[in-house]
Amino acid sequence: MSLALQTFSSVKDANAALQAAGARYLGGGTLVIRAANEGDVSISSLIRVNDPGLLQIAVSGAKVRLGASVTMAAIARHPELAALAPAARAVGGPAIRNMATVGGNLFAPAPYGDFAVALLALDATVDTEDGELAVETFLAGRDTSRAIVTAATFSLPKAESFRFLKVSRVKPKGVSVLSIAALLELAPDGTVTSARIALGCMADRPMRALAAEKALLGCKLTPQEIAPALAAASEGIAPITDPIASAWYRAEVLPVHLGRLLSN
Amino acid sequence: MAKVPVQFTLNGSEKAEFVESGATLLHALRDKIGDTSPKGGCHQGTCGACSVIIDGELRLSCLTLAETCNGAAITTTAGLAEGGVLHPLQRAFLDAFATQCGFCTPGMIMAAKVLLDRTPNPSREDVVEALSGNICRCTGYEPIIQAVLTAARANSQNAA
Ligand SMILES: Cc1cc2nc3c(=O)[nH]c(=O)nc-3n(C[C@H](O)[C@H](O)[C@H](O)COP(=O)(O)OP(=O)(O)OC[C@H]3O[C@@H](n4cnc5c(N)ncnc54)[C@H](O)[C@@H]3O)c2cc1C
Ligand code: FES
Ligand code: FES
Repeated sequence: MSLALQTFSSVKDANAALQAAGARYLGGGTLVIRAANEGDVSISSLIRVNDPGLLQIAVSGAKVRLGASVTMAAIARHPELAALAPAARAVGGPAIRNMATVGGNLFAPAPYGDFAVALLALDATVDTEDGELAVETFLAGRDTSRAIVTAATFSLPKAESFRFLKVSRVKPKGVSVLSIAALLELAPDGTVTSARIALGCMADRPMRALAAEKALLGCKLTPQEIAPALAAASEGIAPITDPIASAWYRAEVLPVHLGRLLSN
Repeated sequence: MAKVPVQFTLNGSEKAEFVESGATLLHALRDKIGDTSPKGGCHQGTCGACSVIIDGELRLSCLTLAETCNGAAITTTAGLAEGGVLHPLQRAFLDAFATQCGFCTPGMIMAAKVLLDRTPNPSREDVVEALSGNICRCTGYEPIIQAVLTAARANSQNAA
């Protein structure tokens, strides 16, 4: 079997070529080449873009822009992105992190997409050839999206307000049982004034724990006060079953791990 | 399907080949150029046996298209020994019995080499992390970790 690779210097031209049947965008290739190696005949050509802008990490003040081709390794070692390093380091082993891109992670089906879980908690904006989309809107429509993602932008969280946790069975790397990212603002007395919580592996793609977010408002992060939020975390989830864990197991352990993340 | 030319440096020497469009680097190295040191274990990115170093970074050759390596500098385990003298990592793997069937060894050595090139005195945790994308079904990992730590010590003694 052979795959035609087409390289473009502009996203616009690549986007036009991507509309052809059987054409797939090539990011780092960790999912798309794997699919081709496994005999996925729906892929007949690969489109890539070598615009250096896609590789750029721009941090200006509190605004961060990650080009879609930025790798997990580049994020993990960037001195100004220390708050995001745990999420970037959660993806695969060292070779995978050298290849896996931000753009590809936004399309990765569960149990993958750990970095996209972080982007969802951060309320990122996804830039595509068709315009800018809130990450939630992007994730909901990604199956039918034919537009090349060019970047993800978000406000850099303060280290103490952003928490990320990935649970896996194989240490130090391994596929997620689940992942959780939380962006929390606390008042000086420790009361939660705003909360955004994103879950991985609790659906086929990253989702928000809306009921838990609501239940956390006005609480202090003590075991007693967060208990209603932990109970609410399971609302609306439909966890995946795969060789790592069943849906039942994932649902059972979600409140346990969310509790640990919140009370840390 | 049309063949496409690829040209890169492999272990310091220039290589040029025609490959089928969409061929992986693993295929180009093993079946076209004849460097069989990278192994094809899973072709899915999970075993790490096909690991090579491309422009200083560890990569999986089974998930990399040969065409995307034009102009790159590629290092494989076959290029490490110099004039019949084994690289310190190869020596340490032999001495520590860190290779049994040997299938994972070239990938392990590539992952370890990238680590030692950047972190000459790694901790045990650094070694475990660096090898975390590579699977070994024989040794139980401990001899491999020890071999990498031994090679690191040998390197730093040479440098001293
Ligand atoms: C062994 C192994 C372990 C892994 N472990 C993890 C893990 O722990 N956590 C995790 O989250 N993931 C993991 N992954 C999955 C994957 O490596 C990551 O999700 C990665 O970020 C995908 O990015 P990529 O650039 O390699 O995607 P690609 O394979 O290049 O692309 C994936 C899909 O997204 C589309 N796409 C990519 N970029 C764009 C873009 N800019 N615009 C439009 N479409 C695009 C492609 O067309 C394709 O359909 C693992 C994969 C492997 C093989
Ligand atoms: S053959 Fe490439 S990772 Fe297994
Ligand atoms: S020595 Fe056999 S797989 Fe590692």
